[in-house]
Amino acid sequence: MQLFDELKTLSKKHIKADKKAGEKVPSGLWIACPKCHQTMYHKDLGVYKTCKNCGYGFRIAARERLSWLVDSFVEFDSEIQTNDPLEFPGYQDKLKAAQKKTSLNDSVLTGIATINTTEFALGIMDPQFIMGSMGTVTGEKITRLFEKARENQLPVVLFTASGGARMQEGIYSLMQMAKISQAVKAHSDAGLVYITVLTDPTTGGVTASFAMQGDIILAEPRSLVGFAGRRVIEQTIHQKVPENLQDAENVLENGFIDGIIERKDQKEKIEWLVKAHQGGSTIG
Amino acid sequence: MVSLLKKKKTAAEIVAASRAENKITAQELIDGIFSNFMEFHGDRASGDDAAIIGGIAEFNGQMVTVIATDKGVSVDERIKKHFGSPQPSGYRKSLRLMKQAEKFKRPVITFINTSGAYPGKSAEESGQGEAIARNLLEISNLKVPVIAIIYGEAGSGGALALACGDEVWMLENSMYSVLSPEGFASILWKDGSRSDEAAEVMKLTPQALFDQNVIEGIIPESSSNKKTCKEIAAVLEKRLHLLQSRKPHDLVKQRQARFRKF
Repeated sequence: MQLFDELKTLSKKHIKADKKAGEKVPSGLWIACPKCHQTMYHKDLGVYKTCKNCGYGFRIAARERLSWLVDSFVEFDSEIQTNDPLEFPGYQDKLKAAQKKTSLNDSVLTGIATINTTEFALGIMDPQFIMGSMGTVTGEKITRLFEKARENQLPVVLFTASGGARMQEGIYSLMQMAKISQAVKAHSDAGLVYITVLTDPTTGGVTASFAMQGDIILAEPRSLVGFAGRRVIEQTIHQKVPENLQDAENVLENGFIDGIIERKDQKEKIEWLVKAHQGGSTIG
Repeated sequence: MVSLLKKKKTAAEIVAASRAENKITAQELIDGIFSNFMEFHGDRASGDDAAIIGGIAEFNGQMVTVIATDKGVSVDERIKKHFGSPQPSGYRKSLRLMKQAEKFKRPVITFINTSGAYPGKSAEESGQGEAIARNLLEISNLKVPVIAIIYGEAGSGGALALACGDEVWMLENSMYSVLSPEGFASILWKDGSRSDEAAEVMKLTPQALFDQNVIEGIIPESSSNKKTCKEIAAVLEKRLHLLQSRKPHDLVKQRQARFRKF
């Protein structure tokens, strides 16, 4: 005798879905948080695109972040293009698609910004541009940002988001890490402050260079911050690693970042931090 | 008639040769090039990474700091050294030794054979990214010459952290790349087995890197380790002479120009 008859307990009729449901309901109205898996109505994410349940900041375009972060912005170097050092098949098409999607020439937006009257050099990486990967143009734009900031005695604020090096540009992509690091060092030696805000995801060569070189390193709630990818780690040590290994909160606990900052507080806090590091210890 | 000219290797053959079992080891290089090597251990913070051997030695009548990644020979050794992939404490140890070299005004010579920084759980927790980032930052204005010799694999940021000095030289059978050809093929083509093809596309051979101005030169490699060491010593002697004639300020300026061009 069968104790449990699947067909009787869970009748076929019961689970039959409306096959046309997909056509009736517009997609994108209900969004699941990739971190806590809570489903919410898209409007509930608000202007900051933040999960109401766990505080995770959804991946957003650089220009979207700019719209609520600063009061004015003058963009730099929006025309530079890569010379495609490996002549990698299909790379040009991929770049064109990413450029169209993000309205950026490469994976970072750079320029001079103000919040109220506080002026600083600002860089925002765009996770929607080939996963924010770092190519030669990304490296050149960030290097120039530090050089210009140094010339004009300005602090640098940088929002990182990157899958790491841009594979399609080979060794040149790796060289950007050293090139940027030198510009960071020169800026730092001039006594100027550099603040990084790590956003989801900050990994690979970006973590192993300018993301971790800030005087002050902040991160958005539950953003992934790490060096190696989870899959690579698991294949290396032949065991599962905890879900939260590379959560910003865990990285904070391990001592590698100064604090967690939510999007709604970023404008005010960044203005305060920039002011706090201008002209010695007096504020005003 | 046997041709005296060596047949030009393909990129995939160079990848295989750079990983060869009988590759010269860090210890053989150190013993063959320097005299009176004394090893210095530890990063003064959390541990001593066996994947990096560091210390001081004599070279041509002067003191030098030597830092080498080492894959190990026996199975036990290889496990202890994570097959030559350094932990954060390895990068911190090497930076400590470089700072010490700067204080005592001696040049630094690094030897690199690593597939990359160790990608383990413990490495993540102790800040692999931060450790490499700090090396890149601090070496950028170190006031003494830093010459890197790549003698096998040199993969990713884990290699760059020891190759961001004034000059990089490669042994004939070595490679330097943003990622292993297997990783490259699996990311871009979703097919790790196309690694030979990837090796070709990636321009990771000494000659291709020399043509791209990424390295300063190529050192001939012999089946006799003694000969190979002699070749390396000859390069070091010449290059150190040149680099040490520069004032610290100019040295740093030229090092920065070296990377600024990319």
